[in-house]
This record gives sequence, structure tokens and C-alpha cells, in this order.
Amino acid sequence: MSARVESGMAGGSLASKIVIYGLLLVFAVIFLTPLFVMLITSFKTLDEIRDGNMLSLPQHPTIAPWLSAWGTACIGLTCGGIKGYFGNSIEMVVPAVAISTLLGAINGYILTKWRFPGHKPVFALMLFACFIPFQAVLIPVARVLGMVGLGNSIAGLVLVHVIYGLGFTTLFFRNYYEAFPSELVRAAQIDGAGFFQIFSRILLPASGPIIIVTVIFQFTNIWNDFLFGSSFASGDGVPMTVALNNLVNTSTGVKEYNVDMAAAIIAAFPTLFVYVVAGRYFVRGLMAGAVKG
Amino acid sequence: MAQVSIRKVEKQYESYKAVHGIDLEIADEEFVVLVGPSGCGKSTTLRMVAGLEEITGGEIWIGGDLVNDVPPRDRDIAMVFQNYALYPHMTVFENMAFGLKLRKFPREEIKKRVDEAARILDITSLLERRPKALSGGQRQRVAMGRAIVRNPRVFLFDEPLSNLDAKLRVQMRTEIKKVHQTVRTTTVYVTHDQVEAMTLADRVVVMNQGRIEQVGPPQELYHNPATRFVAGFIGSPAMNFIPVRVLNEGGLQVQLPGGERLMVPPQRTNRYAQFAGKEMTLGIRPEHLTETHDSEKPGVGRMNANVEVVEPMGMETMVHFKIGKDELTARIDPAVHAAPNEVLPLAVDMNQMHLIDPASGRVV
Amino acid sequence: MSTTTATRAISHERASMRDKLQDWLPRLVLAPSFAVILLFVYGFILWTIYLSFTHSRMMPVYTLTGFDSYMRLFAQPSWWMALKNIAIFGVLYVAICIALGLTLAILLDQKIRGEGVLRPIYLYPMAVSFIVTGTAWKWFLNPGTGLEKTMQDWGWTSFHFDWLVNADMAIYTVVIAGVWQAAGFCMAMFLAGLRGIDGEIMKAAQIDGASTYATYRRIVIPALRPVFLSAFIVLTHMAIKSYDLVIALTGGGPGNATELPSTFMYSYTFTRNQMSVGASSAVIMLMTVAAIIVPYLYSELREKQR
Repeated sequence: MSARVESGMAGGSLASKIVIYGLLLVFAVIFLTPLFVMLITSFKTLDEIRDGNMLSLPQHPTIAPWLSAWGTACIGLTCGGIKGYFGNSIEMVVPAVAISTLLGAINGYILTKWRFPGHKPVFALMLFACFIPFQAVLIPVARVLGMVGLGNSIAGLVLVHVIYGLGFTTLFFRNYYEAFPSELVRAAQIDGAGFFQIFSRILLPASGPIIIVTVIFQFTNIWNDFLFGSSFASGDGVPMTVALNNLVNTSTGVKEYNVDMAAAIIAAFPTLFVYVVAGRYFVRGLMAGAVKG
Repeated sequence: MAQVSIRKVEKQYESYKAVHGIDLEIADEEFVVLVGPSGCGKSTTLRMVAGLEEITGGEIWIGGDLVNDVPPRDRDIAMVFQNYALYPHMTVFENMAFGLKLRKFPREEIKKRVDEAARILDITSLLERRPKALSGGQRQRVAMGRAIVRNPRVFLFDEPLSNLDAKLRVQMRTEIKKVHQTVRTTTVYVTHDQVEAMTLADRVVVMNQGRIEQVGPPQELYHNPATRFVAGFIGSPAMNFIPVRVLNEGGLQVQLPGGERLMVPPQRTNRYAQFAGKEMTLGIRPEHLTETHDSEKPGVGRMNANVEVVEPMGMETMVHFKIGKDELTARIDPAVHAAPNEVLPLAVDMNQMHLIDPASGRVV
Repeated sequence: MSTTTATRAISHERASMRDKLQDWLPRLVLAPSFAVILLFVYGFILWTIYLSFTHSRMMPVYTLTGFDSYMRLFAQPSWWMALKNIAIFGVLYVAICIALGLTLAILLDQKIRGEGVLRPIYLYPMAVSFIVTGTAWKWFLNPGTGLEKTMQDWGWTSFHFDWLVNADMAIYTVVIAGVWQAAGFCMAMFLAGLRGIDGEIMKAAQIDGASTYATYRRIVIPALRPVFLSAFIVLTHMAIKSYDLVIALTGGGPGNATELPSTFMYSYTFTRNQMSVGASSAVIMLMTVAAIIVPYLYSELREKQR
């Protein structure tokens, strides 16, 4: 790849280099601007927002909007900031990610190393489940959660996210284990290991990368989910994304843009943090979810 | 230690049959090699013995137990795989101890057995390493060590040397033979390399298209192949096959495609007389096509070769030539002059001839 | 040796029972996951389809009424608005993302110094919730506070950019924010595709006398066909599902100017108490997605068997 356009560049000279770098930088600026504007706005006072320029740095930086967003901003009728909702999201995302990843790993293990007649249609059905528009199941899920008493509860959201995440987690692990040498499984069988022992002692220790990919993918998806959160939760039980939207659309009093921006950054922080720390795995997850092969 | 009986064993996959009802009795302490081209069913057979493939017909007995429905771990066997199948996250010691640990052997016993196996295989200094830090030959030893510590009734080897380079392969071959001489466990060994089969086996089983072609000690297969397949498969370079017509005109003889005739030695005439007038295939190994001498042994005939390619190998020279459409190889003394596009007279040791019925492929 | 023989004898006693279990264990372990998916995905889809043939309003009723809800659905001007919008949004979103993603990928593939810094910058919006994206762009595109005001402050007093509140143009703001979010993802896909092309082919083309432009046009872009297909599938699928972005950016407004099938479905089902109409719109969304995804998955799964 490095050899690739070397010769092209050699012909292309300095001018083309300047054009290429110029374009790339322009796009970089465009991509960064919204984040930049959010950041500086969140540190401005409302007066400065009203009178000043969107792109100018805060003259009197203040963290008041952040404190307000976290602890005192009004969402609907309650004025406790977003901290409670941030907690809701964490309570939802941790078990949902853990359970769906574990089940996906076991399913992937079975679908590659313990194939049974009919494993292909089973996998195909699980795979297609990844791609349905959730609108097609929204009404029944709402009814069923209500019937079993999980409506408006974090547990209900966990359940829904586990179920509708299973297709993807299974897909990830299946593709990973497909390349895992079956010889090792056979050797372990002969060594006397059973179904669960082979999984826990042979495959799992070798699954580090795919576990990271899956956890990040699921974490990002579930944390950022809005549809399920807004459909199956309400009031104090909603996750972060729904609360943010409610905060932004709460129309009582003066519109506090700085608080909105601070809250938005707080809502985006966990996934952005994961992205910055483990971007490589994040991209791999996106690709695995996109290019199925 | 145990004998292994394979009785009318079949393997049917959804669309095709990989193994067609084979029978094989393997004696206690015997070293048997299954050999054949890829897809001949040898690995499938081995895996059925191991319990890794379901047996779709027939029976497999190990040491007097019918094991058809016994899972691999309860068959008391150990297996060495082509890619070694070492657990990457375990040290050499842990790899070798894994099977014993799962069987809840006491710690001291495990240590004793691993140390003993490591000593036999000369890998004591590697016990704390991980497979990644080992060379191909060392991994191979560990894989064998893992089999030895179990002290199983049967060792199974699935093409264990095919991933090693040529030199190491020869070394490890010797190693495997030594180990077998030390521990004397019944061994079933699968390979596609006939040299490996010849050098290792007490008995060789040649397989082709899901069937057994011939079973026998290496020398017997070499000198008395039962079929054209075995004749062509065993021995390197491979046996020459020449389409001939058997004639009975002043003694039994065979006529080559070019018209030359070779006398059948008297002790064979009875055997071959019935084929007079028929089209048969003459099989003759390259080492029995040699340079001519002033006085030949009885039964040696002569033919002329239009030399195409000469390959000096040092202690001998291979000469490739054509008769009709068939490529033949002769093995001559390097001192004898041979050059492309020249005619080279060759001595044919007809005492070593094989006559094959082209219709059945059987050696008559 | 004697201990092994003893354990062997015992193990044989229990062998058959345990072996049966061992044979079935994988299927037993997989069964709950599969059953749950059968029920919650396929069962619920059937349930939704059933509801679309009823007159359910706030609560489900189970008396079949034929295609009534579909008639009512297609009699709604806002459903037609949603269809028109998804067409505009879908086409522009997919086309621009692919064009921009491919451009960025090719530029980045020119042995760029600092690629490691630039690439994450293009991709980071993908890690952010659509709600956050919508909130940010809502602020950014707001005529009173955002871009318009900034430009006017800078002296370009005639600058007008009121798409967000202009019913004719609002859907294009959704396109802008959507592209901002997903273009980097497209870039990553194309970049992976480019890196997968054998460099020797490109060298050979250059030795054959192809210009850089011709090399890309004739060799590289044709070789990226599978990536185009994947990108198209994924983006179309994302476009049809997009819901959060519209909610956060425009709330479907002004009026119903940015209504999409997804927002339509939600509002008819949960706020307007026309559950059967909502269900029929969901069925139509599902059929659209299935028409794109099923052939694609089918070919992907088949290819892998070879």
C-alpha cells in the first residue's frame, strides 16, 4: 500500500501534494467543528452566547453549565440534572453488554465447533434478525414487557437490548471462531475436555480481541440507543439519550444552550472515550457488522 | 496397550461415501501406517478410530471394547495432529498436563509423567515456554509428549510431519520410531508420504478411494504389489508402466509399443502363459532399467531408449525417455555416458517384472 | 495402568446416558437464544403484521379488517410526506456518504503523513449518539444562533441559512447531519478495501502507462465493487431505520416537513393511538429492508460456503 501511489506522487509533484493535504485538512476542520462548537458553547455564559460569535472562544469561561447539566437542570418537571439518567444508562448497558456478549460467544462456539444438522438456517435466521427495522417489533415488545411487568423498567430495557443484540454478537463470535483451528478442539476432546471445558479453557482464553470488539460494539449501540429507551421507559427511568432529548426540548423558561451542550457532551463522553482508547477495535466492530463476510 | 479392530467400517457423508466398508486388524504394539493420496479416506478412518467422526457403518473395537458410541475422551487414545494443535495460551508443561488434569490425576503423578515424557523427547528445557516460542520440530515433540504422558492404549498420528521441512521431517521420523520402540504403544499413523510409510511401519495399509488396496509389511508391498495402484504409489521414482502385448512365439515374450520384444524369464512362464495374445501392462521399477553389461544375468533383456532428459543425482543418474506415449525412467550408473537425443541401450531385469491386467488393475 | 482400567469400567456404565446428553448439549445451550429470537423477532413480526390487518387503536384488537389500515395509511398526506422524505434523504445520504467516503479514502491512501491523526477525526461522529449529533447540529444550523448569525457577525450580512426552519429545505439538514455522522464510516470501509488491493496490480498498471487517474478509474474503483455494495446496503439500511436523528434535529418538523416512515410509525402508534396504521407502516418498512437485505445476506452466506 505504501508503494502504491508513490510513482503517482512522484509524477504529481508538490502541487498535488498541497491539494491533497489541503482537502484532507478542510474536511478535518468540517468534521471537528460541531464538536468544537459544542465544547466552547458549553463553557460560555448565556449572555455571551446571545451576543458573541458561535466560533469565538469563551471570554469568561464558566463551568456553571456543566454543573447545571449534571445536577440541577430541569428535564420535564423534575430539576435534578442528568446524573440520574446517566446512572440509568450505566445500569442498563453493563448487564446488557455482558449478557449479550457471553451468549454470543457460546452461540458462535456452537455454530462453528458443534455443528448440527440445520445449523445453517439457524444462523441465517439469527443473522437476519440483526437487520430488521425495530419498528416492526415495537408494538409487541411494548405489550409483552407490560404483560410480564417489565414495562418502564431498566430490567426490561436490558432484556430487549440483549435479545436484539444477540444476532450481532453471535455473528461476531461465529466469524471469529470459524477461523479458530478445529484441531485444537479435537485435541482437547481427546484430552478429555467436555463441551463447557473446551469453551472456557481453550476458546475463551484465545478470544480477547473479539470480546473487546463485541463489547465495544454493543456498548456503543446500547448506550446510544434512543428508540427502545423512548418506547419502553418513561419518567425517571429513561436512559441518557432520552433524557438529553427531553432536556433540549424542555421549553420552560429561557433556553439554556450552554447547558444543552454540556449535557450532550456528557452523554457522548462514554462512547467517545471508548473510541479514543480503543478506536482500532471500534472500527473492526463496525466493519464486522457491515461487511458480513 | 491394545489391539484395534476395524470391521466393515463405512463413512457416509451427505452426498458421498468417504470410506467403503474397510476391514483391518491391528495387533497390540503394532505400528500401522495408513497411506494414500489425499481424499482416499485415510484421515477419515483415523478420525473414526479417534471418535472425532461418527461411524456410519461397521464396528471399531479398541482392546476388546466396542467403541462406536464411546466419545473420544473415554476411548483412552491419544492423538498427534498435523498442525500440532498445541493450546497457544498454555506452557509446554500445561499443554502436556492438560489431559491428565482433566482426568484428575494427582499433581505429583502429573509432574512425574510430564518430566518422564519430556526426558524421552529431550524437551525438558522447554517446559515453561509457550508454543509460540518453539520451532516446528519442538512443537512436534511437545505434541508427541502430550500423547505419551497419557499412556493411552493407542496412539493416533494424523500426518504429523507434513508441516516440517524436508530435513526435519527425516529427523522426526527417526524420533517417532525411537519413541515407539521405547513405549511400544499400538500406533495408527496416517500419511500421504510413502517414504514415511515404508520407513516407519510394521505394516503398511495402502488406501485409495475409500478402500484398502493392500495391507502388508513394507518390503512385501514393494516387491509384491497387489494392484497397479500400489505398484505405482510405493517406490520413488515411481514404477514404469508400459502397455505391452504378450506373445508366445518361441517362448513367452512381451512386445513393447516400439516393436521391441523382451523374453519372460522361464520361472514366470507358467504364471503368465494364460495371457498370451492379450494386451497387458508391464510394470518395471526404474532400478531394474539399468545400463547394459557385457555379460547379463539370465532373464535380463535389452531395449533402446531415446533419451530426453538426464538427471545426475550423484550416486546414480536418472534417465527419462519415452516409449510410445509413455514416459519412462531408468536408473543408471553415473559413470555411463548418457545425453539427450542420443540412443541409450538399457538392460531390463525381467526377473523383477510385474504384469498387470489393465482391465482390473490387478497384478497377476 | 490398573487405575485407568478401573475408571474405564465405571465410565462405561454411565457412558451411554452421558453421551446422549453430550450429543444434545450444544443444541440445548443454543436453543434458548434461538427460541428467543424466533419469538421476539419472527413471532413479533407476525404479530405486527396481524395488527396491521385490524382496527387497533390505543389497545390491540384482534378482529381482522383486511387492508383497511393500509388504505388509511396511504390516505394520510403525512405518510406520503414521509415516503417522499425517505426517498430524498435515502438517495442523498447514501450517495453523498459513498462519494465523500471514497474521496477521503483515496486521499488518505496517498501515503499521507498524519493519517493516524486524520482517520479518527473523520470517523469519530460514528461513536456519538444520533441524539447528540442532532442536538449539536440543531444549534449549529439554528439561524438565530448558529452559522447564519456567525456569518452575519463576520460582515456577510446578506448570508441566509434558514434550512432548519424552512419546511422546503429542512429535510436537507437531516441529510447534512446524517452525512457528517456516517461519511467517516464509509471512508473506513473504502480504505480497508483499498488496502486489500494488491499493490503489484497498481504498479503493473503504472508500468503499462496508466496515469494515476486512469489507474483509479480503471483498476482500483472496479476492484472496490464489493465495498460499494456493502456500503450501499449498510447505508440504505441505516437510512430506513433512522429515527433518533430526525427526532433530535427537527422533531419531524417544521410541521411534518421532515417526517420519515420511522417517525410516522412511532407517532401514529404511541401518540396518535392509531396502532393498526402504525403497524402497517412498520410492515412496509420491514418489507423494504428485507427486499434489500435478504438477497444480500443470501449471496454472502452462499459465497462463504465455497
